[in-house]
This record gives sequence, C-alpha cells and structure tokens, in this order.
Amino acid sequence: VTESHLLHDRRAVSGLIREIVDAAGRLPHGAKFMEVCGTHTHAVASAGLRQMLPDGVRLISGPGCPVCVTPVGYLDRALALAERPDTIICTFGDLMRVPSSTVTLEQARAEGTRIEVVYSPRDALQVARDEPASQVIFLAVGFETTVPTIAAAIAEAEQTGVDNFQILPGNKIIPPAMLVLVNDRELDIDGFLLPGHVSVLTGWEAFVFLATDHGVPGAVVGFSPTDVLRGVLELIRQKLGGAAQVTNLYGRAVSPKGNRTAFALVERFFDTASAEWRGFGEIPGSGLDLRDRWSHRDAGLIAVRLPAPHEPEGCRCGDVLRGLIDPPDCPLFASGCTPDTAIGACMVSSEGTCSAWFRHERWGDGGP
Amino acid sequence: MKKEIPERLLLAHGSGGRLTQDLVRRTFLPELDNPILATLTDAAVLPALPPGRPALTTDGFVVDPAVFPGGDLGYLSVVGTVNDLAMVGARPLWLTWSLILEEGADGELIDICVRGTARAAAEAGVQIVAGDTKVVPRGKGDGIYAVTAGLGVVPPGREVSDGRIEVGDAMLVSGPIGDHGATIMAARHGLGGDQLRSDCAPESQLVEALFDSGVDVHSLHDPTRGGLLTVSHESAERSGLRFLLQEAAIPVRPQVRAVCEVLGLEVLSLACEGRTVAWVAGDDAGKALEAFRAHPSGRGAAIIGRVEERSSGQVPVVLETTVGGLRPLDLRSGTDLPRIC
Repeated sequence: VTESHLLHDRRAVSGLIREIVDAAGRLPHGAKFMEVCGTHTHAVASAGLRQMLPDGVRLISGPGCPVCVTPVGYLDRALALAERPDTIICTFGDLMRVPSSTVTLEQARAEGTRIEVVYSPRDALQVARDEPASQVIFLAVGFETTVPTIAAAIAEAEQTGVDNFQILPGNKIIPPAMLVLVNDRELDIDGFLLPGHVSVLTGWEAFVFLATDHGVPGAVVGFSPTDVLRGVLELIRQKLGGAAQVTNLYGRAVSPKGNRTAFALVERFFDTASAEWRGFGEIPGSGLDLRDRWSHRDAGLIAVRLPAPHEPEGCRCGDVLRGLIDPPDCPLFASGCTPDTAIGACMVSSEGTCSAWFRHERWGDGGP
Repeated sequence: MKKEIPERLLLAHGSGGRLTQDLVRRTFLPELDNPILATLTDAAVLPALPPGRPALTTDGFVVDPAVFPGGDLGYLSVVGTVNDLAMVGARPLWLTWSLILEEGADGELIDICVRGTARAAAEAGVQIVAGDTKVVPRGKGDGIYAVTAGLGVVPPGREVSDGRIEVGDAMLVSGPIGDHGATIMAARHGLGGDQLRSDCAPESQLVEALFDSGVDVHSLHDPTRGGLLTVSHESAERSGLRFLLQEAAIPVRPQVRAVCEVLGLEVLSLACEGRTVAWVAGDDAGKALEAFRAHPSGRGAAIIGRVEERSSGQVPVVLETTVGGLRPLDLRSGTDLPRIC
C-alpha cells in the first residue's frame, strides 16, 4: 500500500469528519476558515469535502490562484507587447483565456499574433534559441513556487548568451496578501489553511506573524483530503482552546525556513515591490520586480500604448478572491460566466475558485 | 509485386498519374489486399448483406503524433471506425479508407500507418474495400490524415440505445480508462517512457462476447473524445436518468494518474480507444463483468456505477469520491488539450 493510498483512505476521512463534527459542536457560532491556495480549493471541491463538513464549519477560498489575481493591466501590456513586430509571447496555458480590457490572448492568437503556450520558463527559453530573429517575452505570472524556475531560466539565458529572452514581471508573493486579509474587518476569518506548496519555498515561519501579531491561527497542510481535514480539525481545536499559533501539518515537505537555495536564486534577480492584485488593489511588498542590473531582461520597461483598464462589468471576482462571497453569490456565475465563456479570471484557471465551484460543486436546484 | 516506399511524398503522388498508381500498387495493396479491393474499380461492389439492419459510420483521424506507443494513425483509424459500429451493436464488415497526405510526408511514416491499418483490419475481421489518396501542398496539411467509412449489420433482435437505459441498470467499463489520452499527451510533452501504452484495439469481439453471454445489454459507448465523463453525460441526458459513479471502482493505471497530475488533466475526460462502457440490466451486472473479464481485452473490467431516478433540478452525473464525498460531474469545458483522436 503506497502512501497516497493511505492518504486517500476512506476510513481515515470518515474518522476525521466525526472528530470535526464533534469538535465543531462545541463552537457556539461555528467557524469560518480560509483555504488560501487554489490547489486546496480544487482538492476540497474534487473530493466533495464541503458536503461532508458540518454546517457550522465554512471553508472560504482565498486569493491563491495566480492567474486570478493578475490584473487586467498586466494582460493589456502583454497584448500590447504581442503587437510589436518580431515578438513572440510565451505563456502558461491558463492565462490564455483571462479577460483583458480588450481581447484575450487566445483571441489575439487566433487573429495571428504570435503567442505560444509553454509548460515551463525553460520552454520559453528554448523558443528564444530556436527563433533568434525574434524577441521572446515570457509572461512571468505565479507565486513563490513558480519564481525560482523563472529565475533559473534568466540565469541560464545569461550564462548561455540568449539575448532575445525577456520576461514581463508579474510574479507575486503570498504573505503580504495574507496581511491584508487578516486586517479586513469585513472578513473576520477564524483561521487559515496555509498553502503547502508555497510553504515548501518560504518555510512555515513566513506565516507565523498571523498568529503572533494578529491572533489568527494557521495550519500548513498538504493536498490530500486527509491533509485538508486534519488542518480543519487543528484550526477548530485552536479556536476552542483560545490559542493562536501556526502549526505545520505538512512536515513531510515543509521546513521552518524553506528552500534557501531557491530563495537565494530569486533574490539574485528579483526585488520586492508594490503590486496590483485583482480584487485587492495595490499591496505593498507583494510583487517581484527585476533588479536594475537585469533591466535588459525586463519587457515591462518597453514603452507601449495601453487602453484604459476596463474590468468586466458585474464581475465579482474581487469579492470572491477576498472570500467575501461564494461564487454562486455572483450574479454572473453560471449565467453568462462559465469556463467556456469566462468573464472573470476566477472562472478561467482550473485553480480558480469559480471554476472549481462550477465544475465540482454545482448541484442545481435539486441538490445532491 | 515488390513493395517500395517513396522516401518523401511528392505532390505528383496525388495527381492520379503513374506515381499515384505506384503508391497504390506498391505501398497500399500489398498490405491491404483482398479480392474486393484488388479490383480497383470506381466503387466496391459488395456481396449481399447478412440479415439485420445495416449500420454506417464515418470518421476522420488527425492524431498528433501519428505514431505512438501502442498504435499509429492507421491502426487507430480502423479501430475507431470498427468500435463506432460495435457500439450500436453492429458486426463490422467493410471499411473505406482515404488518406490525405502532405507533400513531403515521410514515406516510412505512411508505410507504418498502412501496416497498422492492415493489422487492425485483420484483428477486427473487416476488409478495406475502397480507398483514395490525396496529396496537399506542403504547409496545407499536417503529415497524414485518414478518413474512413464503415459498414456493418446489427443482427436481428438486437437493440442498443440510451433510450433503453433504466433505473437499476449497472454501468461497466471494460478496462482501465485514459491509457490512450495519457499516452498521446505524454508523448507530446516528452513524458512517460515505456510505462504508457495506448489501449487502442478493436472492441467488436469483446462486444460480441457480451451479447453471447446472454446479458441484457441496454446501451454501449466507447469513451473516446471527452472520455468517460462525456459519454456518461450524454447518455444520462438522453436517458433522462441520473448516473452515480464510484470513483474508487473506476480502474485507472497509476502511470496514467501520474501523467494527469503532472499535466493537470482530468482522468475522467481522457480518451480511450479500446474501452467499452456498457449499461446492462442490474441483475446481469455480474454476468456482464464475467463476460468482459473472460475476453483478453476486458481483463481489467469493472462495475463502476448504477443508474438512478433523476428528479427535476438534479444534476445528471454524480461521482462518489474515493473518500466518500459526493460531487456533481460537469462536462469538461473546451480545453487546451491537443487533438488526440
């Protein structure tokens, strides 16, 4: 029996659910926990966990989908760059259908613009090698987990003299966004399921401030159903006990300090900067810009004409990303906004909250 | 006649002139030969059909890559056509087979596909009775495309359709799902290696074995494009009933699951090219499983779900997850998936 079999063990899950029901029964007003990471949202939805949790325990989804928090201005800039002669835009696939102020990258490609879907920044570097007469621009979107691979691609471009490779910086880091969330009085979150993959890079100590400075508990968890449920149980117990700490329940992958090698590589190329998040606005220190020394790799410095930023009308992605509403509370959800005809970014990426709800939690009027 | 393969295909190979004749006589006929095809007349004149209702299907094949572990475009083109006939309960008999080739296409590749076609026809017991070749200028095609038509006969008394699916029916699949889709996707992304192999195979004999066992077969589908998820949805919609699938019962190879995790694919949406999904009377579920498992290509068969009443507002397909949760199975939206069948 492999580890993954054990993790998916049905009995373990029903045992945890019993413990959660029991513990939650002692909470007078229930509890509201946020899973920060899009992969958690997906894991909860695809295992059908929301149906199994007691009524008082509510899981809300946070901003942990990189595509979803990418502002329209970033896409407008990418599209403007794509219009330039001899330019090839390389991007992760899930950015293709994200709405901009005008068209999507997918629509622009259909009209003849050179946009290529890649699976890693290194693939984009290879495109640059194969097409020496073109300028290749990689759309650098993603959280802590993605940035080291982008830094490595730039390092390789430097070492091997690939001069026609640039990035459009759009990477973001999670902890500053969490600070915004704990300070949001409207939200009033009782605890966080902290992102397992991001924590592998940052180390769990990066989230300790939630408990020490703001009194909000956190649990770093992995991505199997039992991982998630252990996290929920831990958060309920902390709430019952009146204590707040950050507990690492993903010890098989997450250390206190994280991956220092990857961190050093990122530090060499990137510096933190203020960044705009869709739904949040500007968050100080939450973005990663290229250091001045690497400005020749920065396609964000190329002057382009941009349209006035235009958010899709009626879209409540921003409220979904901040956990203020569940996707079905948005008037566009499933009526006009679907994965095929996405109006908001949260419906585009498979990690997006709206997409996960649309695909896995849409029961219709008839219920389960 | 000596078999000879052109190294690179020329436009003139599709002109209808001597080069076309050479291609047909030296590359195609030695592999696909049968008395009807050998006449090389404008149309194949067929013997009288056996008793029953004729079933006719057509299909196009544009798979990329054209050669993959476990098959090739030619093999797949016959298999896909034969299986479409088998899924309506027909015994497949004759196929037409057309190739659309791109100028400069690799002769070796064409030969592999022709041999694959012959192999699949032999395995399925069908004959290729008519064919055609066209060559399009370089850049106007993608190496090699195949287009088929298939003719078969549904024996008297056999009635297979989604309209016959009833509350209480059992749902079976004849083997692990997603092998073909995962193999193609992995090949495209340089993943996999020797662990992955397409499941593509003719299913007509497996289906005949199911009927021979005396099982009351209500409906059959091959989960090709869109996989198990799409056929479940379409059949549930057409029958007006609700299917409850058991995630833990659905056979999936670990290497296929691994590809799905790496590439972010939904295994239930992955194409199969050698699997049958069957809806049979609930009481016959055990017998159907035995019939599948007794056949070489059905050894990995499983009972994966049951059919229930659907009240208004209920979703058509529900998955009971491995951990006991329930989730509605929605149709997969248009994806970036490359073409795989």
